[in-house]
Amino acid sequence: MNSTAKAEKKKRKFVTPKTAPYIFIAPAVILFLLFTVYPVISSLILSFQTTTGGVTEFAGLDNYRRLFNDPLFYQALGNTFIILIIQVPIMLTLAVLLAVLMNSALLRMRGFFRVAFFMPAITALVAYAIVFMILLDENYGIVNYALSLVGIDPIAWLNDPFWAKVSLIIAVTWRWTGYNMVIFLAGLQGISKDLYEAASIDGAGKIRQFFSITLPQLKPIFLFTFVLSTIGTLQLFDEPFILTGGGPNNSTLTISLYLYLNGFRYFDFNYASAIAYVLVIIIAVLSWLQMKVAGDKE
Amino acid sequence: MTTKKKTTNILKKIGLYTLLLIGVFISVFPFYWMFIGATNPSGQIFSIPPNLTPGDHFFENLRNLNETVGIWRVMMNSLIITLVFTLFSVIICSAAGYAFAKYQFKGREAIFFALLLAIMIPYHVTLIPLFQLMADLGWLNTYQAVILPNLAYPFAIFLMRQNMRSLPDSLLEAARVDGAGEFRIFFTVVLPTMRPALAAVAIFLFMFQWNNFLWPLVVLGSSDMYTLPVALSSLVGLSRVDYGQIMLGTTLSTLPIMIFFLLLQRQFISGILGGSVKE
Repeated sequence: MNSTAKAEKKKRKFVTPKTAPYIFIAPAVILFLLFTVYPVISSLILSFQTTTGGVTEFAGLDNYRRLFNDPLFYQALGNTFIILIIQVPIMLTLAVLLAVLMNSALLRMRGFFRVAFFMPAITALVAYAIVFMILLDENYGIVNYALSLVGIDPIAWLNDPFWAKVSLIIAVTWRWTGYNMVIFLAGLQGISKDLYEAASIDGAGKIRQFFSITLPQLKPIFLFTFVLSTIGTLQLFDEPFILTGGGPNNSTLTISLYLYLNGFRYFDFNYASAIAYVLVIIIAVLSWLQMKVAGDKE
Repeated sequence: MTTKKKTTNILKKIGLYTLLLIGVFISVFPFYWMFIGATNPSGQIFSIPPNLTPGDHFFENLRNLNETVGIWRVMMNSLIITLVFTLFSVIICSAAGYAFAKYQFKGREAIFFALLLAIMIPYHVTLIPLFQLMADLGWLNTYQAVILPNLAYPFAIFLMRQNMRSLPDSLLEAARVDGAGEFRIFFTVVLPTMRPALAAVAIFLFMFQWNNFLWPLVVLGSSDMYTLPVALSSLVGLSRVDYGQIMLGTTLSTLPIMIFFLLLQRQFISGILGGSVKE
């Protein structure tokens, strides 16, 4: 009895308003140091080393030199950027148009439509990639069947270098358009009605209003979704892993997939770490550029 | 004049609904197709013209799926990992967010900035050292190897901090005057008042872990420890692919989330968007 009271007193002394914040952040900080800070530093070191026959030694920039002479790396980089440059604008355009339709005063049952469009965003990446693999099957897939009804020959969705990229773009667009639409819709609902009223008094039509009011007002949201989508696409892994395995002929090999293959198929941890760091630099530069471009226009 | 306006309005409405319904069809059809596939034998999924009605093969697919990947075990793995992760992560992240929002202490800005920076880092960078770390600890093929690395989820800490800032200081002071300790205040005053924010962050974290693929793929090597996404991806790699099983597997990984989503749409949408959209 006496000892527990003592312990309690000790405890109370230990947790004061002064020490409390440190105790509150301690678990997060310890986990963060162990599982984020340490690996980030460790992989930087790994990227400057090579391992042969179980012996690891310092190799300077060898891995990076090898990377810049590696045609497969360039192909992965190129594929990722092609997907990025085509997929992100298509998806964001679709998302904005959908959001504008959803914001129409004529629409009833907005909740139903929102749920339906958001549904893809809750599916597991692996699950939807598998479903798309089956939908897009060259011989028996339902997409080719539907196309055959309107007289279009079967398309080798997953077995042709060009169409495999298209398939990835379609899949990613399906998964994320509704997600972005909801963000845009919230942005649209935040635009003051007065702006539109003033514009229509001045005689501006709906299309004119869209370009001179809606789009400029949505700019911060565009930036937000653009940066998010860019980071997401640069890390694209689950879809190519399941849908195409990076093929045919490496036409859908992405940077992340190449990193995974080097790390966990060929067990070249050093080379994979160098790829990871190049990815970090690309993401940092692109994010910075996007912010800067957006900032300059203002 | 008014009748003309009325007809253009009706035309507009028809156009609007047609476009949106096409969109809804594209969004929802793959789900329907998945359910159809889950209840039909493999051959039926690829029949021409396609079969669009549910079949009676659900239980046979389930039996086969259980024989191939041990689906009950896999579901249990996914559930345990996701629930334990979500529970601990919510507590850890909200405690940190609370400290960042409501206390003055040395190093606060620096530590918070470091966490923010981590949001921008692709997780691939940590993949290989983390794998080595888990191997050194002898933790490959364990639940903790999947759960631990993301527990201190920087984005969740950030969200909790943003939300905690709206907490009135007077509430905390009143509790302190009443003699409540700092821990008591956190658990009995702060957490209950922040319930909506906690729910949104919990949904975000739950979805992240339930769908998490690359890390479990790397760290879980034996099939009895697989989570759902890893088990599903292993089915695709088999030489003789049974699509009935696969579609049932994807259904089982989607259905629980979908039901949950339909029940709690608002919290879900704001949760998955990381609370960036407030309703």
